[in-house]
Amino acid sequence: MTDSGKEKSASRRGFLAAAGAGAALAAGLGKAGAQGAKPDPLITDIQDWNRYLGDGVADRPYGKPSAFEKNVVRRDVEWLTASRQSSVNFTPLHALDGIITPNGLCFERHHGGIAEIAPDKHRLMVHGLVEKSLVFSLEDLKRFPGRMNRVFFLECAANSGMEWRGAQLNGCQFTHGMVHNVMYTGIPLRAVLEEAGLRTNAKWLLAEGADASLMTRSIPMEKALKDAMLGWGMNGEALRPEQGYPLRLVVPGWEGNMWIKWLRRLEVGDEPWQQREETSKYTDLLADGRSRRFTFIMDAKSVVTNPSPQAPMLAKGPNVLSGLAWSGRGAITRVDVSIDGGKNWQTARIDGPVLPMSLTRFYVDFDWNGSDLLIQSRAMDETGYVQPTKDELRKARGVNSIYHNNGIQTWHVKANGETENVEVL
Amino acid sequence: MSKFSKILITLAAAALVAFPVLAQPKKSGLGRAALPEEISAWDIDVRADGVGLPPGKGSVKEGEALFLERCASCHGEFAEGTGRWPVLAGGIGTMKDDRPEKTVGSFWPYLSTSFDYIRRTMPYGNARSLSDDETYAIVAFLLNMNNIVKDDFVLSKENFLSVRLPNEKTFYDDNREAAEKHFWNRTPCMTNCKPDTRVTGRARVLDVTPEDMAKGIKVE
Repeated sequence: MTDSGKEKSASRRGFLAAAGAGAALAAGLGKAGAQGAKPDPLITDIQDWNRYLGDGVADRPYGKPSAFEKNVVRRDVEWLTASRQSSVNFTPLHALDGIITPNGLCFERHHGGIAEIAPDKHRLMVHGLVEKSLVFSLEDLKRFPGRMNRVFFLECAANSGMEWRGAQLNGCQFTHGMVHNVMYTGIPLRAVLEEAGLRTNAKWLLAEGADASLMTRSIPMEKALKDAMLGWGMNGEALRPEQGYPLRLVVPGWEGNMWIKWLRRLEVGDEPWQQREETSKYTDLLADGRSRRFTFIMDAKSVVTNPSPQAPMLAKGPNVLSGLAWSGRGAITRVDVSIDGGKNWQTARIDGPVLPMSLTRFYVDFDWNGSDLLIQSRAMDETGYVQPTKDELRKARGVNSIYHNNGIQTWHVKANGETENVEVL
Repeated sequence: MSKFSKILITLAAAALVAFPVLAQPKKSGLGRAALPEEISAWDIDVRADGVGLPPGKGSVKEGEALFLERCASCHGEFAEGTGRWPVLAGGIGTMKDDRPEKTVGSFWPYLSTSFDYIRRTMPYGNARSLSDDETYAIVAFLLNMNNIVKDDFVLSKENFLSVRLPNEKTFYDDNREAAEKHFWNRTPCMTNCKPDTRVTGRARVLDVTPEDMAKGIKVE
């Protein structure tokens, strides 16, 4: 990756040289096109791509990103887990903009590898406390009335989990990259539950995947009936295999582990099943030795994605600080940004759609004079929740929770632009 | 409004309150009936109250032999774990420690979870290959490694609920909205919020970033 890092750095410098203004101002040379400047050969010379024909329409039946974007990929941390089949990789948040995560960059978390299932061999069973147990094919589900499209973030409850005891990983891809934001196509989950007919004591739902982990989670019926979806599409196309093709559960605002992929079974019951992922995992051990369970909702959170350790500051003068905010309790109402480690704050500019339980994009347009910065962001949501500092969170929960770390992140930008993950008091 | 109408309205309101029923949506008729054989093939979950446990039994001794053969390469001969694979025994009483050791004995609240999970997905990479008796035996062995049952113990559907795990009572339902009420409805400070800012830790010190991407930066 050293080579590609150089290439990225070089291409950014090229861009700045071409853009001129920022670099020239920073160097104190005055306006672009100063006396004695040589003409840019990228302008005066005929380039290969100006002369020769490129690929035709038959060459790229499924288009891929430009070869120059090869560094914009999911990355994993090998030492985190014992096996690559039960592991996680991270969304490159520092290289993305807007609110939608491209399908191929949505972080992956599997417990038994990626199941590859032919859609005509997939079945969804609904049984338990219902009037009539049913089996659906994917085609059956696609014939249901009430098809819908909704944008939701999906965050792993363990996102930022490595940072409870202090700054650890240099890059928002690694500290915050277990989140993605996608427009799902599907039907309300309640449609199939009502088709089967819920009995009066139907209080909980067990959702099960068809992969080698047969992943299971218990979901309160209230949530299942409120806004959960059966999703088969993401961002306009079929789910990717990594995201549960051909069918997944969508549980808006709630921890990613509950969004069962390769969904094959829904059992209706009167109490939770106490499965492995809701007892030994995804429970939050607090300082007093007791543990919170069923902490389903993802609290409001934000992170500055640019600058960040993988996307350092490259020029003095005009710069665009950018970041993401989200809340499992509804819409983001405001994001504040500090450049002095939380002493003074300004309200960021939100741009793009502001949707409940969706990533929300914010910006601060600013001039950088080359001094050290300690950059933070603080999200607020429509329930009045204000994102806490890491220390406030530690005071409330200790450092052994693993899950639900939504504390305020700090990046230290140095005079040379290098940006580092730090903790401040 | 006539007295009779008022009574009718009152009765209707009372009925709504007393007998809340889900609105009966129109059925689409999609899907087909699930057959009993199909349901039993997939419905293998076991609840904490024992619902879903299959008939069967297995001893600590049988479990030990199975564990050595099918489980120990990852979880260690004594369920102590190897490498980064899960530790399944020990750690009891460490939940308040700086570095708690979460195992089946020290952390898991319910025994049913072990049975359910092992039957559902273990051994890793060869799921559903253990019989019900073998699963009972392996769970019995794990209990023994955690000093919860004696060497001659035989676990069965019949005595399953008599075994309780020591950490069960320490779990409670999400109470963040009460316990962390102070995170709501605060007026965030905007200026001069603290006297000074001090860097107290750096990721670089721990140096665990997978790639050295900070190299080669130069501000123009």
